[in-house]
Amino acid sequence: MATETAPTAVRSAFHPDVASYEQVNRDANRLLTKPGKGYLALLGLAISLVGLMVIAELHNIWYGLGMSGLTNPAGWGVYITTFVFWVGIGHAGTLISAILYLFRAPWRQSIYRFAEAMTVFAVLTAALFPIIHIGRPWFFYWLLPLPSQRHLWPNFRSPLLWDVFAVTTYLTVSSVFFFIGLIPDIAAARDTATHPMRKKVYTILSLGWRGTDREWRHFTRAYLFLAALATPLVLSVHSVVSWDFAVSIVPGWHTTIFAPYFVAGAILSGVAMVVTLMVPVHRIFGLGAYFTETHYDRLAKLLLLTSLIVGYAYGMEYFMAWYSGELYERGVFWDRVTGDYWWAGWSMITFNAFIPQLLWVPRIRRNLNAFFLIAMFVNIGMWWERFVIIVPSLAHSYEPWKFMNYHLTWVEASILLGSFGWFFMWFLLFLRYLPGLSIAEIKEVLPPPMRHHGPADHAASVDASGTQVEHYPTGYYA
Amino acid sequence: MSKLRTGVLGVFAHLDTATDAIRRLKREGFTVTTYAPTPRHELEEAMETPESPVRIFTLTGAFTGTAAGTALATWTSIDWPLIVGGKEIVALPAFSVIMFELTILLGALSTVAGLFLLGRLPHIGPPEAPMYHPSFTGGNFGVFAHAPRDRYDDVQKIMTDAGSEEVLVDHR
Repeated sequence: MATETAPTAVRSAFHPDVASYEQVNRDANRLLTKPGKGYLALLGLAISLVGLMVIAELHNIWYGLGMSGLTNPAGWGVYITTFVFWVGIGHAGTLISAILYLFRAPWRQSIYRFAEAMTVFAVLTAALFPIIHIGRPWFFYWLLPLPSQRHLWPNFRSPLLWDVFAVTTYLTVSSVFFFIGLIPDIAAARDTATHPMRKKVYTILSLGWRGTDREWRHFTRAYLFLAALATPLVLSVHSVVSWDFAVSIVPGWHTTIFAPYFVAGAILSGVAMVVTLMVPVHRIFGLGAYFTETHYDRLAKLLLLTSLIVGYAYGMEYFMAWYSGELYERGVFWDRVTGDYWWAGWSMITFNAFIPQLLWVPRIRRNLNAFFLIAMFVNIGMWWERFVIIVPSLAHSYEPWKFMNYHLTWVEASILLGSFGWFFMWFLLFLRYLPGLSIAEIKEVLPPPMRHHGPADHAASVDASGTQVEHYPTGYYA
Repeated sequence: MSKLRTGVLGVFAHLDTATDAIRRLKREGFTVTTYAPTPRHELEEAMETPESPVRIFTLTGAFTGTAAGTALATWTSIDWPLIVGGKEIVALPAFSVIMFELTILLGALSTVAGLFLLGRLPHIGPPEAPMYHPSFTGGNFGVFAHAPRDRYDDVQKIMTDAGSEEVLVDHR
């Protein structure tokens, strides 16, 4: 019925401080305005770290892979650890953008663009590491399904080739998903851009988007199917990465729990990284209307859930090592907490399984500083987790005569630091040049502007100024 | 039937006034193109939009991917049939990862191809609805009625009665 008298204000329950569609455009465009000194300093730092990585990698190429601490039997070290770490970071992005989209979670809208950008840049960072690790990066094309001069093809039964397919597909699909989602928002930036260069670039990138019924009709369906394809992809990619290990017979690797364990760990690290990025951006750009207490609360619950799964997997690994009666398996697991890498083993357990338990307390999970700190611990802990899985297992496998520890060198440390620089450089550039808030999707959960309202069956409240306010859980009217 | 390139554009600040205008215009027999800052089911209902055929592209691409993955792994293995460790030459469980990844990859790429072909993106050449207002990516809704010049007055009246903020007439 369109004849009822309009209530004085209608707001989204998820974004009560966002009053109109125009406000979303204004706030999203504010992110694209002239950056402050802090931003430039951060970008400068990130680029310097990339410079450090380039120098270290040139050293690696010139003097050979002996510049790294890789040895026999620990032939995988920081490079593969960092590869697995960055692939994992990407997962929360697709979880938030695709899986929560399919579940119609109305709290994902304002954060998914960050998470999705994080995914693309994290996988872009991860993709560097197999190429660095092979030592002769100019032969990277040997990984591709191309026959050699002797007509030999890569071995499709090898988990390492599965990995190439999984990571390449993930990078392609998440980039496509990211860009398709951006098109309507780039068009919004195009329509308000005043700088001629920006206007030109946004005009090209928006592909002439105007938001017609034809465009939206096919866009919404295509986006749904992309989400439906990306969802199993998320679960498969880290499963495939885990099979790099689990399909071998190295003690500490050869276990059936690896696929779900890696996926849960990936989502744990990814959510932690989303929070690590969200909190500073929230503070610097004043995005409290979009990153509300509800958003942090739900992210904290997701972090807590995945931390519990990861904690269970840690426990189960130790249980199976003991229960199987397998001597070498027991040796590796005992070595993880009492051997030369005890500090890494305990860091991983403490940071990933124990510290996140603090999030059971509502006051802690809603406290931005506390949550940020916990997320930082998880970031560090998850890197150690990958290290603990990879290095001690190799350095302490079957025969004691070949136990040999691995020590990282300055080259590897520089490349590790540089990977963070590379990731943050792309992320900072993204914030400055593309809409960091998903303008069109946030509007989906806001009540649309209506001249006449139907009878509302939602709870109404009165705000400080005495205005009657109705809060709707989604952008749809009852 | 191709749409008329001439017409009248109504700019609406409210969703319900825009849907009201669409219903009235359609009742009068006009073809309508709408603009919206976000997809709204109310607009789709007023336009009586049919299901998008993008899904056909997705399905075709996904099946092509599965077939391509199976063919690539099988053919390259048969090309040099060397048995290692007693394993099958055509090892489907091992190939399933390749089959799965190519299913997703080609499924996703053909979905995008479907969006581009059906949605006519990138938008080049003569537009189907010749008028546009930059506020349509902000907060306003647009209704463009494809109409011959002699019916502009009728359309303008419908737009105004429905509650349009501004009515723009195509004089080109």
